[in-house]
Amino acid sequence: MSPRTRRILFYFGAAGLVTILAWGVLGLPAYGQYQGPYGDLVSYAAVQSRHATDVVSAVNFDIRAIDTLGEEFILFTSVMGVVLLLRKRVEPKDVDEAAADVATGREKEPPSNAVRLLCLGLVGVSVLFGLYIVTHGQLTPGGGFQGGVVLATVPLLVYLAADVRVLHQIAPRKLVDAGEALAAGAFIGLGLVAVALQEPFLTNFLPLGTTGRIDSSGTIMAISIVTGIEVGGAFVVLLSSFLAETLERIPEEHRGEP
Amino acid sequence: MTALVTHLPFFVAIWVLACGLYGIITSKNLVHLVVCVAVLQSSTYVLLVLVGFREGGAAPVFYDLPLGTLVVDPIVQALMLTDVVVEATVMALLLAMVVRVYERTGVLDPDALLRLRG
Repeated sequence: MSPRTRRILFYFGAAGLVTILAWGVLGLPAYGQYQGPYGDLVSYAAVQSRHATDVVSAVNFDIRAIDTLGEEFILFTSVMGVVLLLRKRVEPKDVDEAAADVATGREKEPPSNAVRLLCLGLVGVSVLFGLYIVTHGQLTPGGGFQGGVVLATVPLLVYLAADVRVLHQIAPRKLVDAGEALAAGAFIGLGLVAVALQEPFLTNFLPLGTTGRIDSSGTIMAISIVTGIEVGGAFVVLLSSFLAETLERIPEEHRGEP
Repeated sequence: MTALVTHLPFFVAIWVLACGLYGIITSKNLVHLVVCVAVLQSSTYVLLVLVGFREGGAAPVFYDLPLGTLVVDPIVQALMLTDVVVEATVMALLLAMVVRVYERTGVLDPDALLRLRG
């Protein structure tokens, strides 16, 4: 099919799709007038029976926790897919040697002082902010997903300020891999503890604590923390896979040589 | 006609979706195509956030709000949140595929890839 016929065909299909979508959208309540009862019911359930003040986290890590588990495994499998696709086929004999920017064929320019200062200055702040977001997900906006991504920017900042060798030092691949897998397993583990206590899967079994305090909300907080480790680990694995792909590739003529 | 005005924000979602689809169909570069998939997927964020919006509603966080305050719907916000994270990793997977396709074939044009087969 030529690009032109494809485009004409697309216009017809898109016109149909947009018409149907517009029809459907016009059947929704007017913008800002949504009156569905579930949001309010969930709010009461989250605050009164789960002692969590951030209802979004309560929905994700308690009310629909089993769906979040599924989504976390989408994340887990796509990261596995990336690692599988970007695996090295030529194992360099000395990773540290190969980790330098050999692909460019010359000395890598060191990062400028401004970049180093900014990135190193942000490292401490990002660690603190990421941990705060992960651990306070049950109280204020945040939780494992957002905090995990914030924490995963720390190795990226270190890479920008220094180089890939320092990145491997502060985030050893084996440790990150193991941490990610264990955190994903811990989510299921928390659900199975409830089963062992003869409750449905992922039911809360921890003390609920005082609403508004950091140790409140039971399993919501626990699941939020393991999700934070899983998401952070997943993004660090992605980062180091792509960096390995661009930086550790050995030029064709040097393959097989140390 | 009044329905068009009261539902206008929802058409933003449809517009973003159509833009993404157009980009995918006409793309000449696989990296560009992956970005178009991201645009297409962001229409779901727009729609989800719009659907749960209530006029005058606060964020669904009762840390400093009394229970019973009018808030926007927390359920769709929770859906959107996981959507964002999953999209980011799916993008990474697609880009990794692009890297491998380029390594094997040396081209990034999807049409050229079709011609190569056979």
